[in-house]
Amino acid sequence: MSEPVLIAEDLGRDYEVGGGLFGKPGLVRAVTDTSFTLSPGKTLAVVGESGCGKSTLARMVTLIEEPTRGKLSIAGIPTVPENWDRLRTEVQIVFQDPYGSLNLRQRVGAILEEPLKINRRDMSAKERQEKGREMMRLVGLRPEHYDRYPHMFSGGQRQRIAVARALMLEPRLLVLDEPVSALDLSIQSQILNLLLDLQERLGLAYLFISHDLSVVRHIADDVVVMYLGRPVETGPKDEVFERPRHPYTRALLSATPRAEPGAGRRRIELKGELPSPLNVPPGCPFAPRCWKTQDVCREVRPALEGTPHPAACHFPEDEVVEAERA
Amino acid sequence: MSLLRIRNLTVEFATGGGQFRAVDSVDVDVGEGEILAIVGESGSGKSVSMLATMGLLPWTATITADEMSFDGQDLRRLSGRARRQIIGRDLAMIFQEPMSSLNPCFTTGFQIREALRQHTDLNSRQRQDRAVELLTMVGIPDAERRLKAFPHQLSGGMNQRVMIAMAIACRPRLLIADEPTTALDVTIQAQILDLLTGLQRDTGMGLILITHDMGVVAETAERVAVQYAGQKVEDQPVADLFATPHHPYTAALLAALPERATERRLATIPGVVPGQHDRPQGCLFSPRCQFADERCRTVPPPVQPAELGRARCHYPLHAPEVAA
Repeated sequence: MSEPVLIAEDLGRDYEVGGGLFGKPGLVRAVTDTSFTLSPGKTLAVVGESGCGKSTLARMVTLIEEPTRGKLSIAGIPTVPENWDRLRTEVQIVFQDPYGSLNLRQRVGAILEEPLKINRRDMSAKERQEKGREMMRLVGLRPEHYDRYPHMFSGGQRQRIAVARALMLEPRLLVLDEPVSALDLSIQSQILNLLLDLQERLGLAYLFISHDLSVVRHIADDVVVMYLGRPVETGPKDEVFERPRHPYTRALLSATPRAEPGAGRRRIELKGELPSPLNVPPGCPFAPRCWKTQDVCREVRPALEGTPHPAACHFPEDEVVEAERA
Repeated sequence: MSLLRIRNLTVEFATGGGQFRAVDSVDVDVGEGEILAIVGESGSGKSVSMLATMGLLPWTATITADEMSFDGQDLRRLSGRARRQIIGRDLAMIFQEPMSSLNPCFTTGFQIREALRQHTDLNSRQRQDRAVELLTMVGIPDAERRLKAFPHQLSGGMNQRVMIAMAIACRPRLLIADEPTTALDVTIQAQILDLLTGLQRDTGMGLILITHDMGVVAETAERVAVQYAGQKVEDQPVADLFATPHHPYTAALLAALPERATERRLATIPGVVPGQHDRPQGCLFSPRCQFADERCRTVPPPVQPAELGRARCHYPLHAPEVAA
């Protein structure tokens, strides 16, 4: 097996919020105790609801934010600020909204060449253009698109441009932050196929951030389920989907509507909403909404452990769930 | 008899580049106590057709219809005043973005009581009691305190519940929900959908659910209308639609669902939805359809009978041999 591209150990990021002249600022632990590894050619999906810290995680991996705790290394190099310049070419990001992430005043060609201009100073203009055109072919855009502006493209084509831009520096790791949630169903499948193709051809590693479990189920190799900034369950995709051990994962799976009328599935209904991240309960963060909560859950924070794959729960679910879905 | 009956509805917008047809001869029928889902991608005209029904479109829109009646009343001929009497009372709508559809300057309680003040003759004490009752009904704990809260003090899910409470305040006979859960997380989405179907069951109102999510359709709707580029291309009971889609677009849409994928590569629909200037002459789906031939490209397709899902197609799929 090849070296992992991305290793995160007990990664954490805090934000100070509020606080005035005399008031003490509050501390939001956006991400805590998150560890994972990602190998070339693999996809690690991070799933969870809004506020679970998945975008903060994406920003840390893309070197937009510095972690406040823990260690992160990309391609074997620790991500300390001295190494950022070197690492920026190894990791690139594709954002959710292809309407907001492209500069409307730049032609597609200029958008694609810009990363080269900044990071490959020795490249000639001609070489840059050649590379840009080659990349457009790779993502399925036509050569005549090179001189057009983003507003002339549909959402799906813009997302192709965003992917092309991210690949210009030949990164080894691509962070995909909800890359298809803003797209229509018929376009979504085109982009997912493109991503799968590129991964096969270039051996890319994907950190795939999404809240759409049916997409994750299709594209991921491994899954991290996050809740309130902490991973509550991690494991290979099939295991997590077929045999979820954490009650939250189970609830999330059961809440996802399936395109099968009359499937007659029992839905686990969660009470209440996500607690404020300023005020995370001392024990298990999921305890206030969980149907299995006991005293120990409210007091002791469960560790992420166990077999066949780790889950942070005092009373993990260990029976097969597949039967009740049938 | 159907509660809402629309025949041949067409909506055109005056744009800088000429008339743009957003809705193209659409028929809608909803009965009492029925759940109809309207699905389609962005730009398919699903929201616009319902906004036209509610009379909420701007002046740039030209609305024509052969028939547009709610509970026997002709909506086309109503004066603004008479229309406002029906809308908000018998016919109510919930919008996609709960955060931007509530007024940030007023408390949720004020906004719910306003609907009651307009449409009922309850006095202020009774309105307050009814507002508390409504919030409890939509599952907001500690209702009395929440009525004093402003929208920004509540979460998205809570605000959507407030919107629903406002919409059902006067016990509407038909509720139109335009992407009610798209902005929400899945666990909250499940709560809101259960709430809507529960209310529908308890009050016997009709429910029109506009959505692009096939999963939501499969789990909540009884009948589904599929729209494409402003036209209704298919109309079937939900189980039949998922089992035997008759229009190639519906079939392709279902095949593109990741959860229906049998292999690693997903089925795709090539091309994009036609825009204002490249509307095809014949069938609107013909440039993207794998079955299209010369006839599809030149002759607009007829609407097939109900057994064939009212598919707007020359060659509906899963047709019995005789018809072919």
